[in-house]
Amino acid sequence: MALINFLKPKNQLEEGGRTAAPVQRDEGEPEKNCPNCHKDIPLSRLWANDLVCPCGYHFRMKARQRIKMITDKDSFHELYSEMKSGNPLNFPGYKDKLETVRVASGEEEAVICGTASIGKQNCCLFVMESYFMMGSMGSAVGEKITSLFEYATEHRMPVIGFTVSGGARMQEGLLSLMQMAKTSAAAKRHSDAGLLYIAVLTDPTTGGVTASFAMEADIILAEPEATVGFAGARVIEQTTKKSLPVGFQKSEFVLSHGFVDGIVSRSNQKKLLSELLKMHGRE
Amino acid sequence: MSAVPYNRVKLARDSSRPTGLDYIKNIFKGFIEFHGDRRYADDPAIVGGIATLNGNPVTVIAIEKGHTAKERTYRNFGAPHPEGYRKALRLMKQAEKFGRPIICFIDTSGAFCGIGAEERGQGQAIAENLMEMSTLCVPVISILIGEGGSGGALALAVADRVWMLQNSVYSVISPEGCASILWKDASQAQAAAASLKLTAEDAKSLGVIERILSEKEIGKKEFYDRIRTLLTEEISELSNDLDLIGKRYDRFRRIGVNAVVKE
Repeated sequence: MALINFLKPKNQLEEGGRTAAPVQRDEGEPEKNCPNCHKDIPLSRLWANDLVCPCGYHFRMKARQRIKMITDKDSFHELYSEMKSGNPLNFPGYKDKLETVRVASGEEEAVICGTASIGKQNCCLFVMESYFMMGSMGSAVGEKITSLFEYATEHRMPVIGFTVSGGARMQEGLLSLMQMAKTSAAAKRHSDAGLLYIAVLTDPTTGGVTASFAMEADIILAEPEATVGFAGARVIEQTTKKSLPVGFQKSEFVLSHGFVDGIVSRSNQKKLLSELLKMHGRE
Repeated sequence: MSAVPYNRVKLARDSSRPTGLDYIKNIFKGFIEFHGDRRYADDPAIVGGIATLNGNPVTVIAIEKGHTAKERTYRNFGAPHPEGYRKALRLMKQAEKFGRPIICFIDTSGAFCGIGAEERGQGQAIAENLMEMSTLCVPVISILIGEGGSGGALALAVADRVWMLQNSVYSVISPEGCASILWKDASQAQAAAASLKLTAEDAKSLGVIERILSEKEIGKKEFYDRIRTLLTEEISELSNDLDLIGKRYDRFRRIGVNAVVKE
């Protein structure tokens, strides 16, 4: 053995480059680029922080994850999971689209409904799913939300709704449009019964959902920086041939124009909702 | 693929068709227009007021497109702003207070898409109409006379009876908009129109409307007389209904139920 080899460190520990518990950057871990601070954030960090970037940017969140975040452990009982849209108008390509989206999202429809407790306060809850055709409202979404309001009216329960939607689902034509009237009528009956409805608008809440149950709550909250509006920004630009003001249709814009009660970040939502429910509860 | 639906769209948009004000002038007597939403402005795209129908006072509300270029610009081509919908709701609440039936004439490509409209809550204005109209305690009849463009049309159509002119259309989105979103190609509008099921016959078979009005002698005295007779009969029937609000709820409640698969 040559002397030179004897002097070489035998392992990485002797090299001083490695500790007993190796901290190494996992090169394989996926990252997400934050559209706000433009930094690459490891997914594990985002998941540990309810998909909020350290800079405060709220990434979109799957409905089931949101339910887990907002409700008390094991308190969520799903209702109407059997309801889903068929293809009532035989719209070209819709059947395949539904099949693909169902596999990709793991959900049957664009809204999940049920009962839950939030900070020990019982309520009916609906959470729309952005990963299912961008939360578009077809007959099944309308039917589920209407049924939930009817259930809440019958059992004298408050309703909490998280909205995310590109609007009415055009593949179901007029039937989708009519869900706006149907859900609104059910929300009105619930309201007339003296019951509380709180909507939390998340990114994006637009079109027929904004023009119906999203804007019909007693208390309307929004997540930071969420797009909230009726018409799409691109359509407005094309129609008016004007450039849009900075922050147009963002929660902060909608707040300053008087259409939401407040902006609440994810980390504060559960506490605020449970306080609001408590203040409207009847002893 | 049938060319009929897209031809209907073109007919519904034809500027020579009678507009909202033509119906008001020819069906009713003594129309007195009321202006403004009491909150922001008066929207010329929606005309409303009181008139008599066979001697009985009614509230009439119409989306007005205008005929001449000047009129059409003034009426914003029948695309209402939030203040238009709020004016309509104010007049409907007034009708409710004084026990007057409400008749709406709808003709719009849709609620206006603009910066001001968004700033003043276009979505909220429509949502409030949908909610409040569902429990109005007076009869409401809405007639689509041309274009029935999405939420902007529905905001005046939460009614006990919804009728459509034979060549009017009622749709969740314009065929051009649908084609450009789904197929990135606005020239596919004809295919989109056929797929959207937007004709009066389609709407009737989907249970969205009760009656299709013939366009025979459209614009002539006989045409308006026929609509006046139908309105008079229908209002007298609805006025005797003690469960108007319950039936209106059920009317919308059942739409789309059969489109939902349960498994």
